[in-house]
Amino acid sequence: MCHKIRHPRYWLILPFKMAGLEIISDQGYRIDGRRSSELRKVCARMGVFTQADGSAYIEQGNTKALATVYGPHEVRKGRGKIQHDRAVVNCQFSMATFSTGERKSRPKGDRRSQEMSMHLRQTFEAVIVTELFPRSQIDIYVQILQADGGNYCACVNAATLAVIDAGIPMKDYVCACTAGFIQDSPLLDISYVEESAGAPFLTVAMMPKSEQIVLLEMNSRLHADNMEKVLDLATQGCKDVFAVLDRHVRDHVSESHALMTAS
Amino acid sequence: MLKSKTFVKKTRKGGVLKVVREHYLRDDIWCGSAACGECPQDKPVLEAEPEIDSSLCGFPHYLIPDTNVVLHQMDVLADSAIRNVIVLQTVQQEVRHRSGTTYQRLRDQSNNPDKNFYVFTNEHHRETYTEREQGESSNDYNDRVIHVATRWYNKHLQENRKDGDAPKVKVVLLTNDRENREKAQKEGLLAYTVHQYVKSLSGNPELVDRLAQVDMGESTDSDIKNESTGRVLFPEHLPLSQLQTGIKSGRFLQGSFMASRENYLEANVLVHGDESRSIFIQGHAHLNRSVNEDVVAVEMLPEDQWKCPSSMVLQDKDGDEETSEPDLGSPKARSNAIPSGRVVGVIKRNWRPYCGVLQPSGIKEATRHLFMPAERKIPKIRIETRQAETLQGQRIVVSIDGWPRNSRYPKGHFVRKLGEVGDKDTENEVLLLEHDVPHQPFSQAVLNCLPSTPWGITKEDLACREDLRDLPICSVDPPGCTDIDDALHYLEKPNGNVEVGVHIADVTHFIRPNTPLDQEAANRGNTVYLCDKRIDMVPELLSSNICSLRGKEERFAFSCIWEMTKDAEIVATRFCKSVICSKAAMTYAEAQMRIDDKNRNDAVTFGLRGLNALAKILKKRRIDAGALTLASIEVRFHVDSETHDPIDLETKELRETNSMVEEFMLLANISVAKKILSDFPSCAMLRRHPQPPPSNYDILIKAGKSKGVDIETDTSKSLAVSLDQATIPSEPYFNTLLRIISTRCMMQALYFCSGTLPESDFFHYGLATPIYTHFTSPIRRYSDIIVHRLLAVSINADKSFPDLLDKYKSQALCNNLNFRHKMAQYAGRASVELHTQLFFKNKVTEEEGFVLFVRKNAVQVLIPKFGFEGTIFLKSQDGRGVDSPFVFNEEESSQTAGDVKLRMFDRVVVQITVETSHIQHQKLRIRLVKPEVPGFSVPPVATSDKISEPPVKKVKT
Repeated sequence: MCHKIRHPRYWLILPFKMAGLEIISDQGYRIDGRRSSELRKVCARMGVFTQADGSAYIEQGNTKALATVYGPHEVRKGRGKIQHDRAVVNCQFSMATFSTGERKSRPKGDRRSQEMSMHLRQTFEAVIVTELFPRSQIDIYVQILQADGGNYCACVNAATLAVIDAGIPMKDYVCACTAGFIQDSPLLDISYVEESAGAPFLTVAMMPKSEQIVLLEMNSRLHADNMEKVLDLATQGCKDVFAVLDRHVRDHVSESHALMTAS
Repeated sequence: MLKSKTFVKKTRKGGVLKVVREHYLRDDIWCGSAACGECPQDKPVLEAEPEIDSSLCGFPHYLIPDTNVVLHQMDVLADSAIRNVIVLQTVQQEVRHRSGTTYQRLRDQSNNPDKNFYVFTNEHHRETYTEREQGESSNDYNDRVIHVATRWYNKHLQENRKDGDAPKVKVVLLTNDRENREKAQKEGLLAYTVHQYVKSLSGNPELVDRLAQVDMGESTDSDIKNESTGRVLFPEHLPLSQLQTGIKSGRFLQGSFMASRENYLEANVLVHGDESRSIFIQGHAHLNRSVNEDVVAVEMLPEDQWKCPSSMVLQDKDGDEETSEPDLGSPKARSNAIPSGRVVGVIKRNWRPYCGVLQPSGIKEATRHLFMPAERKIPKIRIETRQAETLQGQRIVVSIDGWPRNSRYPKGHFVRKLGEVGDKDTENEVLLLEHDVPHQPFSQAVLNCLPSTPWGITKEDLACREDLRDLPICSVDPPGCTDIDDALHYLEKPNGNVEVGVHIADVTHFIRPNTPLDQEAANRGNTVYLCDKRIDMVPELLSSNICSLRGKEERFAFSCIWEMTKDAEIVATRFCKSVICSKAAMTYAEAQMRIDDKNRNDAVTFGLRGLNALAKILKKRRIDAGALTLASIEVRFHVDSETHDPIDLETKELRETNSMVEEFMLLANISVAKKILSDFPSCAMLRRHPQPPPSNYDILIKAGKSKGVDIETDTSKSLAVSLDQATIPSEPYFNTLLRIISTRCMMQALYFCSGTLPESDFFHYGLATPIYTHFTSPIRRYSDIIVHRLLAVSINADKSFPDLLDKYKSQALCNNLNFRHKMAQYAGRASVELHTQLFFKNKVTEEEGFVLFVRKNAVQVLIPKFGFEGTIFLKSQDGRGVDSPFVFNEEESSQTAGDVKLRMFDRVVVQITVETSHIQHQKLRIRLVKPEVPGFSVPPVATSDKISEPPVKKVKT
């Protein structure tokens, strides 16, 4: 074996490797032990509140979100918004003060949550069959209880379950997932640590059966050659999320059915 | 299974933050052993029946090293005898945290299939995950984690044997920590120290020499007793935490330790974050065991203890452990004292393996020896070896392990043998290794990327390229050049303007991004030119054939074509990929002859004259803008064709045609730089040359003053002007000497990625241009390949790829290229030095020289004919100099002996011989002949030729 003499190899120290953190090891394991195409553990419950028309709670790893749905009902505030041929979807996103490591009061109207609310509205306006409810309004309220990366995805997935719980007709489920591109490999469902490594990531919301993309967002520049790989992975991720959500919905329905028939 | 990991972390602001992270435990992590019948793994890394002869472990076994073993004994682990090793994730992460270089070597091992190193992700394995107990120290926890994994392996391999009859494979824990070992043995695990284990390897006795000398735990006590003197020679290093608080509070300063090449007791520390600030360190205790390139913490000394550099040349001579310090500081010279400090601790060691020789030892059977590194900035290293006899007269590689307080020298261990001292191949190998020049032959994977031969141009190629085969293109290069990467053409246009084209070999057509060939070239960074060989960046087929723009052959080129007025004003610039056919490949001398020969009027000659005329205008314009013409002496060796020993040498000489080609290359580089910067503002690869801080010029100004010449250094323009005016008719060589000195005041030019710096920093000081890059030599520089790719994307001739547009990766690449470029230059110089030595072997030569610097105990003399610089010691090395007739005058920096006075720029005659008395370290020795100083200078050699005049231009082609 030839022994090679080395000087400091600046070239190997990539700038986005944080000190002491290797986003993905040579053996293909990420910091939390997942492989590159594995989702975090998803847990969900539907119908957590009774007063709302529909509600759901979801955990994707350490990201936890709660969604409630009211409506369809008549347009209350701002009659000017009334649409004569379809329902208006109103979304509100918020983060709990205790959702991050440092407690912080988060005003509702800040730029980030406004943007998030807008994205949610766009997403759900596209999937809810709004034409069935002209001159009415559907409210979707989502709150992040704990944030650990992929907040938007958790919100969309929770809201989907809540809308289903409310019995509002949708064209299809809408499932969301992120995929990042770190150290030359695509990673699915990136957590907060991976997000903060500063590499580009893609957020996708799609209707899994028809594979139609409802929302696509990218946080920074990614070369076109890699885009396809990342998008494919994210698409697969959405389908995986769908499988989990669908199972939960069916379990929930059969449970409720059993309860109803028993009583 | 899901576990959550909770811990508290301190934020940068000083607040405390709770971090919660998920931690998944898996049951699909396999053991990696071929002996296991349970794990459904594809290709087990560890062999089913590992074979190694150990008298301690007479059964097949795998090794599990702990963190310290990996950190300190990497040379043993890297040996081909050590195979079948399980590297735990815990160990790997800890190593990564502690030492980047060791981590990289460990990774190389696990990527090498012959070594059978398996990385076991134990922290995510369901059965080996161990939770940290309350109050458990991280050391204890890590030990416990390793024990758990070892135990699991033993149990797993025993229960899941594939083949019941095969002997049981066991796992052996290697740890040098006594407590850890005892605990492991109590749990019934097999645990040994590396030393015990390696000594038990009956088949590989040579491995013992590679054991590092740092011992943890038990052996420390005995070590101190063994030490010949119990004295403590150095002050203690402060612990890291104390250093950090000290640095934060401003009491200490952090910086890189740069040992002086001339005086082993002096060094400078370049303070991090404030590049212009450097702190002077003097004396053993203050240097406090720092080695060149370490990152250290320095405490400033009070101003009344500041020292001034002793302007003395000192080499570490005494072989004993004495620390007698020569008198360095002269109290009289307080006025010249500069900010001084002392090293209080080492933040990061930057040790690497060093090449050198063993110092002959008085005692024959001794096992402790001193090793002398080839690099003068590195101290001698004490090693233990039993093969000293065979290592005498050999070049060897040694690593430093540590530097205890009671040892005069650092301790290290033998790594490997390179070959005989003085043998040219060995010496070449040494200088390549010392400069980290990758010089292994190209791997098969790289060679597979080459186009198949015979290679020809196809129709498809022609369709997407401009056909410039009819243009009168020619190339002009130094004689013997086989990697021709540039060619030129010149045409007069009907509208009175002219068309000038620079055609560069289209290397990127053959080197596609991210192929093994590309990665190898990126790592090599550039072609390294030594006196007798060339270490290519790309395989020879490309560099000397398919890419080389040879005469009368059709080649691909990347062309930069200008339309210019006859006054060399650019009207339009365009770039294109093309096919060319060079009409003539000439040397500089041939081109010059064509220009001068009035009878020749063919298209090529006509073009050359046109180009030459334009080049003169361009050059004048550039010099008016403040471009510097600096000097350095380059020599060429004439090598004997059979023995490859140098038989004669000449200084390189410059003709008009050299500067003609250069002007157009500069112009092309500047045009390309503008183009790529406008299209890729954040990721263009450019080259900058910063203006040196004013203090760099002190030595130049002082030198000028000694001859009554004022040098202005405010801008490059004023420097250029004052250098031009600084001539003394009676001393024709004075101007060149001044230019040589000013070359040494300059900063290094650097590659950088445009997105990482403000635009005001882009400028190139030496060339006096606001923006510059390298485009014209893609065969021998990787930077040019990147620039070609960027330019190809911007003219839509090629596709981009992710890494090209990533500014961080681009900057990381620049850092490598800068490092390689610097090393290539040093290696080239070292090669000249080596050949100069070979040239003077068995010869006594007398030659004219000029005093370049006057030191306290020596003068440095430049010998222009051979282009090298030597030191004449005027006093014995301890500086007391009772035996020397010379008196040093610091004010006017002169040395006087009787009526002879040596000052800067003085002409002297010296005698050059190779000192052979010291076979280990051959070096050139120069002695004064004229002016004669009784009792000091040597008489001229009777047979010597008459002294030659100031360098006569010898033309030898």
